Amino acid sequence: MNRIKKRYTEAYLGIYGLWLLAFVVAPMLLLLIQSVNVPGQGFSLSNYRDFFTSGPYLAMTVNSVWYAFLITLVTLAIAYPLALVLTTLKHRQLWLLLVILPTWINLLLKTYAFIGLLGKGGLLNQAITGMGFGPSQLLFTNGAFLLVAAYIELPFMVLPIYNALLDIDPLLPAASRDLGASRFQTLKQVIWPLSMPGVKTGVQTVFIPSLSLFMITRLIGGNKVITLGTAIEEHFLVTQNWSFGSTIGVVLIIAMALTMALTTDRKKKGGRRK
Amino acid sequence: MKIIQRCWLTFCFFLLYAPILFLVVYSFNSGETMQTFEGFSWAHYQELWQDTRLLQIVLGTLVLALSSSLIATAIGTIGALAIYRTPRKLVKQSLLGLNNVLLVSPDVIIGASFLILMTALGLKLGFFTVLLAHVAFSIPIVVLMVLPKLQEMNHDLVLAAQDLGATPTEVLTKVTLPVISPGILAGFFMALTYSLDDFAVTFFVTGNGFSTLAVEVYSRARRGVSLEINALSTLMLFVAFILVLGYYVYGQRKKGQKPSKLKEKVK
Repeated sequence: MNRIKKRYTEAYLGIYGLWLLAFVVAPMLLLLIQSVNVPGQGFSLSNYRDFFTSGPYLAMTVNSVWYAFLITLVTLAIAYPLALVLTTLKHRQLWLLLVILPTWINLLLKTYAFIGLLGKGGLLNQAITGMGFGPSQLLFTNGAFLLVAAYIELPFMVLPIYNALLDIDPLLPAASRDLGASRFQTLKQVIWPLSMPGVKTGVQTVFIPSLSLFMITRLIGGNKVITLGTAIEEHFLVTQNWSFGSTIGVVLIIAMALTMALTTDRKKKGGRRK
Repeated sequence: MKIIQRCWLTFCFFLLYAPILFLVVYSFNSGETMQTFEGFSWAHYQELWQDTRLLQIVLGTLVLALSSSLIATAIGTIGALAIYRTPRKLVKQSLLGLNNVLLVSPDVIIGASFLILMTALGLKLGFFTVLLAHVAFSIPIVVLMVLPKLQEMNHDLVLAAQDLGATPTEVLTKVTLPVISPGILAGFFMALTYSLDDFAVTFFVTGNGFSTLAVEVYSRARRGVSLEINALSTLMLFVAFILVLGYYVYGQRKKGQKPSKLKEKVK
C-alpha cells in the first residue's frame, strides 16, 4: 500500500518537475545564454559592458526604478486608508468585490479610457478650460503615465492590506484603546506594525509589474518615459536585437530579486494566502 | 471621524469607477469621438455586432482563458500535491522557489524568455504558443491557492480512510480532492483572471494569425479612438457586474448564521 502511495508521490514530482524544467528553468537559462551570445561574436560579455557604460541605459534603469517607486508610493498612500475604511464597513465583502471588479476589465481597456479622458479635447481638459485656464497637454506626459499606472495597480495594493488588517485580532486594538492610547497611537503602534506583512505583499505585487508597463508608456507616456520594460519590448519586437534585449532582461531580473530580498521577511510568515 | 471615512471611500470609488463610467457613457454617443457627447444612440453596438473579426477575437480570448486555466488547474494541483507530499525539505523548498519565479517575474521577462524558448523549439507562433505561455504563468497561482488547503487538511482523515481499507486512488479522489476543492476552485478563477487580464506576455508570443482582445485593443488604440471598443467594454463590465452580484448573493446565503470573528474569539 505504502509502495503505491510512494509511486503516486513520485508521479506528481515527475510531472511537476518536468514542467518546471521545461517552462521555468529552460526559458530563464535561454534568456541568460542569449544575453551573452552576441551575434557575430559568439560568447561575449560586451552587451553587459555596453549596458553599464552607456549613459542613456543607466539613466533608463534609474528612471524605471524611480517611477516604479513613485507608483508604489502613490498606490500605498491611497490604498492603506481605503483598506482601513473597508474593514469597518458592514457589507465589506461586497465593497471588496467592487474594488476587485475593475481588475476584471482588461488593463488595455482601462488605459484606453484614459486616452479619452486626458486627450486634447478630453473631459479633463474641458474642465480645466472651464475653470479659466488654457487647455494643456495632459496626454503623453510623465504625470499621465504615473496616474494611469497607479490607477491600474490600486486594487492589487488594497487586497493584501485588507486581508492583513482582517487577520488582526480585534481584541488588540480594543486593548490598546482601553489602556489609554489615542486613535492615532493605536493606528501607529498596533495596527500598522501588525498589517506589515500585507503592506509588503502589496508593495511587491505593485512594484514588480510597474517595472514593465511598456504598453502604458507607449499609449499614454508617448514613448517619453522610457522604462526598461519598453526597452526590452523594443529590442525584441522592433529592432530584433534579442541579444541586447536579453541583457536588459537579466539586469531587470537582478533589480527585481534585490527588491524581493529587501521586502521579504526573514522569518517567513504571513502575506499572500487568500 | 466617520465623515472623513465616508469621504475617503467616496473619493476612492470615484477614482476607481470614473474612467470606466466614462467609457460606458461614451459608448452611447452618436458622435465618433470621446470628446463631445452629441446624443444617445445604439449605433456603436450595432457596429460591434457586425464586426465579426472583433467578435471572433472575443470568442478566441474566452476559449484561450478557459482552456489555459483548466490545464493550469490540473498541473497546479499536481504540483501542490508534489510539494506537499515530498518528504525532503530541500526538494520542497526548491520546488516552491521555482514555482514562485514566474509569479514574481515582470511580464516582459516572461514574454521575452518564452519567445526565445518557442523559437528554440521551432514552434510556429500562434494560438498554441499563447496557450502554453498562459498555462505557464497561471500554474504558480494555482499551486499557491491549493497548497494552504492541503496543509490545513486534517491528516487524520487520510489515516482513517486508509484504516478503513481505502486504496490510495480512493483516498485521493474521495478524501483529499473534495477537501481541497475550494482551493482548486479559487485557483481556477485566479488563473482565469490572469489569463483574461494579460497583455504583455501574449503580445510577445502571438504571431500574425492569432490575437487576443488586449492585443487587438492595443493595435486599434494606437491608430486612434473607436467607440466600438467602448461598447464592448460596457458589455464586458455588465457581465462582470452580474457575476459579482451573483457571487455575493450566493456567498451570503451560504454563510448564513456563522458567528462573526469577534464572537468566536470571545466564546
